[in-house]
Parts: sequence; structure tokens; C-alpha cells
Amino acid sequence: MTYSFPEEVLEHVFSFLTSQNDRNAASLVCRTWYEMERWCRKRIFVGNCYAVNPRVLIRRFPEVKAVELKGKPHFADFNLVPEGWGGFVYPWIVEFARVYPWLEEIRLKRMVVTDECLEIVSKAFRNFKVLILSSCEGFSTDGLAAVAANCRNLRVLDLRECEVEELSGHWLSHFPDSFTSLESLNIACLSLEVSFSALERLVSRSPNLKTLRLNRTVPLEKISKLLQRAPQLADFGTGAYSAEIRPDVYSSLQEAFSGCKKLKSLSGFWDVVPAYLPAVFSVCSQLTYLNLSYATTQSPDLIKVISQCHNLQRLVVLDYIEDMGLDTVAVTCKDLRELVVFPSDPFVADANVLLTEEGLVSVSQGCSKLQSVLYFCRQMSNSALISISKNRPNLTCFRLCILEPRAPDYLTFEPLDVGFGSIVENCKELTRLSMSGLLTDRVFEYIGKHAKKLDMLSVAFAGDSDLGLHHVLSGCESLRKLEIRDCPFGDKALLANASKLLTMRSLWMSSCFVSFGACKLLGQKMPGLNVEVIDERENLNLLPENAPVEKVYIYRTVSGQRLDMPDFVRIMGKDKNGVYNLSLCDKGL
Amino acid sequence: MATEGLGLEMTELRLGLPGGGGGEKKEKKRVLLDILGGDDGGGGKNRNTGVAVGWPPVCSYRKRAIIKMYVKVSMDGAPFLRKIDINGFKGYSDFIRALENLFGLGDECEYTPIYEDKDGDWMLVGDVPWEMFTETCKRLRMKKRV
Repeated sequence: MTYSFPEEVLEHVFSFLTSQNDRNAASLVCRTWYEMERWCRKRIFVGNCYAVNPRVLIRRFPEVKAVELKGKPHFADFNLVPEGWGGFVYPWIVEFARVYPWLEEIRLKRMVVTDECLEIVSKAFRNFKVLILSSCEGFSTDGLAAVAANCRNLRVLDLRECEVEELSGHWLSHFPDSFTSLESLNIACLSLEVSFSALERLVSRSPNLKTLRLNRTVPLEKISKLLQRAPQLADFGTGAYSAEIRPDVYSSLQEAFSGCKKLKSLSGFWDVVPAYLPAVFSVCSQLTYLNLSYATTQSPDLIKVISQCHNLQRLVVLDYIEDMGLDTVAVTCKDLRELVVFPSDPFVADANVLLTEEGLVSVSQGCSKLQSVLYFCRQMSNSALISISKNRPNLTCFRLCILEPRAPDYLTFEPLDVGFGSIVENCKELTRLSMSGLLTDRVFEYIGKHAKKLDMLSVAFAGDSDLGLHHVLSGCESLRKLEIRDCPFGDKALLANASKLLTMRSLWMSSCFVSFGACKLLGQKMPGLNVEVIDERENLNLLPENAPVEKVYIYRTVSGQRLDMPDFVRIMGKDKNGVYNLSLCDKGL
Repeated sequence: MATEGLGLEMTELRLGLPGGGGGEKKEKKRVLLDILGGDDGGGGKNRNTGVAVGWPPVCSYRKRAIIKMYVKVSMDGAPFLRKIDINGFKGYSDFIRALENLFGLGDECEYTPIYEDKDGDWMLVGDVPWEMFTETCKRLRMKKRV
């Protein structure tokens, strides 16, 4: 049978497929399409670095320009994953250096990156352009110096909330004078001072610089100089926003900001001195993104800024904004898509701030485009949740954290089952949900019944029995990521829904009632899953089979066993060689 | 929270308000009293003792940047106490150095740092992972070595 469609045409058609899911689907159509697609896929996304290994990746995709990898599970952000667990990027970098000399972009999230990795990156890829490290650790400023010194064509260096061993601030000076291609620099997470003159020279010779996020040590008085050198900036993060109150400093700051006609994103604002806030007023109406979550200043000052941000789409703020401030948001920010409210003092029992469920209800009423919410508060009611769900059926991401575990509806003292049930029932496009407060098995029944598009669910201190977990695993058709802590879920639901786990990226359960025996059985029954028991107790071998494990992390994999596990991680139910399941390789990655 | 000893009470159905029933932990009792409008004599800025590790889910980066956790530090023989923000450090080495600076102590340290944890026990500083320490430390004491 002749194939009448020329390869070049097919390749051209595929070049319009940008989403990995679309490419995966195309690759399953037939052998020819699989072959064609794999040769021209340039961008790779691996959501769990242990689901595949570098060799599998390289064998299938020979012409890769951009790689994105994720390592540790999400709960690592909250210290639930012990140090040394894994997520080492080194073996990947070594293989990429060997096989992809034209690699241009590396994006890593929650991975361990060493200085050696950064050195390899800086030397192996001649056209390297983009390095984005999110919540990564394991490297020092020496690694950054290597990147600065050697990546001649670097465009993006973005360090998001990384843990960096800071030996000196001198690394920035390693960018050579001939280096002019910088488009984006984010060093907000670093605490050591960098040479301001080196920074200023770097900014001056980077005509394409669009994003500049400084760290806390860059003084407010010097910011105007930088802004004057880069009036084309679209995204700016200040350093510490405090200085002695001096009119000359204020006016140059104000003038510098008003010169930034393209500025759309503003962040930073550590240690904010309210008197200097009006300096940004001239750009407020341009802003689509505003992050005031390090601005420890009271509601009235915040309101003065926000009330001018008519075009805001994303707002990140502390609970200092209070309900009154959120009323202002509801009235002013008619284009708002995302609201994030962090707690200023989460470890204190009683609130000092007047932020309640009412603020969120108000925004849900006033902002018709609101899709994504992350909200920390101290009280919630079913009626508020029901209102929110009815106001905003277009919500796609709803994450609510009531600070006190198992807090009931503060008006009726009932569980919040009905409230969250209303959220999943009315918000039919909901893809991400995090719950808190007092919740019984009933809420899981609602979720299993209605949350058909739910992709990620986070649960803590909730439920009564295995039935809760069963409802979710059996009902949520689109579920890919499930993370659970401190819930009374045991073996039954897990074993009964074992095959569901193959359709998911991962399941995390800590401080629940899953037993060693069940983990072993699951690992034996399901060769396509790694069932990792993470348990730091001594003498684990002396514990009975029905004893609950501290933590279990279950994920599908074509890679077999990990070879880099610390002693507190055991992959259950597999022999020493692991199981390398070749047949799963053919499925879209 | 479901440590080995915590048994299966959590899974039992019960009627009544949360926290009711025998042997409840101190923080559940507080919630109950708060609901009833009772005064548990603690009022005001009580540290949320008995909270599990990693709760509320605020990432360490943000905790260090924003959240101040001032705890009292006493030193044997010193006439007054000091306060230190344990959230302001990346790890034990920074922290110990800061403690030593606070009291003007040199390298030949005659003092051992100990801390009172959420269960009221006095523990040696340094045994548990740093993040766990910041979440469970209630107060510190520089104990003179004998």
C-alpha cells in the first residue's frame, strides 16, 4: 500500500501542534505518524522524572530543543518529603549533553540541581537560551557564575523560589561585557547583595530585557537608575521597598516608573514603606499582574494602589488586604482572572486581620472572569461556598485553606461537605481543587459524582473511612494527581482501585492508614507502578505487615525501579531488577 | 497527625461537635471552647501548638520571607531574655551563629542550646530537620555546660 501523503507535508502539519497532548494523540494514529512525530518533536514535558528515564526519552525523541522536568511531589513544598528523597537532574543533564548539543531550553521544578549540572549546561549547549529553575535546590552561586560566564546566547535566567547556597554576590559580574542577549532575569530568591554597578551595566547593555526581578538587597534609592536604563521593561520586581523618606528619592522613583510605558507586571515590595507606594500610581492602570504578597502594610495603603488597577488580571496579596480591600478589588478589577491571598501570620491562633469568607464572596460576585482562587482564611461557611459556586460557575481552580484543621462551618458547626459539594457541582470546568475544614465522606461522594474534569485534588484532615477515597478514585474520570495527608484512608479503597492508578500521574498519601502489606501487594500486582514507601523510622522490618506506613508515593512508570533511592525509600513488591515494561513505551509519553 | 499511637478513634463515627469525646488533644478542646464562646484563659496571640508538620501549607520560602516567629531565648545567668525570629534562617548553622551573636558568645561555647517543643519537652537543638524545628520550637534556652 503506498502512502500518498508526503513526509514533508506531514511534518509541516505537525509543526502546528504545540500541545503535548495533541502530539501524543497524533503519534497514536499509526506507525508512520508515530515515526514522523517523534522525529520532529522539539519540546518535551516530563511531569514526573521517575516515570521515564533519560535513555527512553532520547531513544524516542532525537531532535529536542526544549525540556521541562518535574521532580519531587508537590507536598515537598511543605516539608513532607524528607531531604535526600530524590529528583536529581544530573543523570538527565549528562545524557542531554551527550545527545542534544543543540538543546536551548531547560525548565526544572522541584529538582536537585548541582553546580556540576550547571557547569555542564553552560558548556555543552552552544545555543543555550533559557534556564528556569522553580523550587530547586542543591546549587550555589558558583553554578550561577558558570552559567553567566559561558552561556553566550542566554536569554532567560529565572530562579523561582530556589534554595541557593550563596557563597558570594559576585557571580553576576561573570556575564561578559560582550553579553547582550538577556531578556529575562529573576534573582528575587537570592539574599546576598550583587554588585549594583555590574547589574546596572548588564541592564544597560541588554536592549531586549523585558523581565527584571530584583532581590531584597537592591536598595530603593537605586531602582530609578535601573528603570531609566530599561524603560522597555514589561515585568519588574523591586527590591526592599523602603528608604528614608526623602523627596528627591521619591520624585526620581516616580519619574522612573512613569517612564515605563510597557510595564504590565509588578512585584517585590519587601519591607514596604507606605509613603513610597504612590510612586507606582502612574503605572497602575497598565498592570495585569500585581504581587504585593511581601508587602506587610495595612489595608488602606494596599487599597490606594489596587483601586487604580482597573486592568488587573492576577492579584497576589497578603490577608492584610482584609474584606474591605477585597470589596475594592470586586469593584475595580473587573478583568480579574486569578486571586491569591496568603496568610501573614498562619501560626497564630487568633486573627489580627479582618479577612473572612466575605472578602472571597465579594470578589466572586464582582469579578465575572475570576477563574482561579487560592485563599487562606480562618473561617468559612457552607452558605459562602454555595454563593461562590453560584456566582462563579466558571471557576477552574479553587484552593481554600482554612488555617485550623477540621474547622467546621463557623455559623452552623456542620461539616463543609455541602459547600464544597456545591463547588464541584456548579463549577463544571473545575480542574484543580484543594479542600480544608471539617469534611466527612459525603464531600468525597459529591466529588466523585460531579467533578468529572478534576485533574488535581489535595486533601488534608478529611473523611471518615475508605469509602471517601473510593468515591474519588472510582468517580473522578480525569483525575491525574491526588495528594492526601492525615486522612483515615487505608488499604481497601487503594487496592480496589489499583488499575485507576495507571491512569494517573501520581498518588501521595501521608499519615493515613495504608499498611506495608497493602503497599507490597499493590507493587506486586501492578508492574506499571512504583509504590514507594517513604518511612524514616528505625527497625521497619520489625513492624507487622498491617502497620501503617508514614508516607507512600505511588506513580506510574515505564522506567522500572529508581537507582538513586536513599535508605528511607523502598519500592515495594518488585524484585531487585525492577520491571522494565517495554509495552508502555509505545503509549504517548 | 496519625502517628503510631494515635489509633483508630479518627475513623469512629460520632455525634456532636468536633473535638468532643474522651482524650481529645488540647487544640481540639480550644476549638470547641471557642465555638461555645468560652474563655480558655489563653486568648490573644496563642501560638497554635500541636499543629502538624507542614500545616498550614505555606512553602518554606514564603515562611522565611514573611512570617515572623519570634521565640524567647533565655541564657543561664543573663538578667533578661531576648527574642529571635526562628523563621529568618535557612538552617542550623546560620541560626546558631545568630544565637551566639545575640549573647555575645565566642567560639569556645560554654552553652548548649536547648528548646521547648510543642509537647512541653526540652530537647537538644539540632536533632530534627531544620523545618521541623521551626514548626515545633516554642522557646529556647542557652544552658550552661556543667
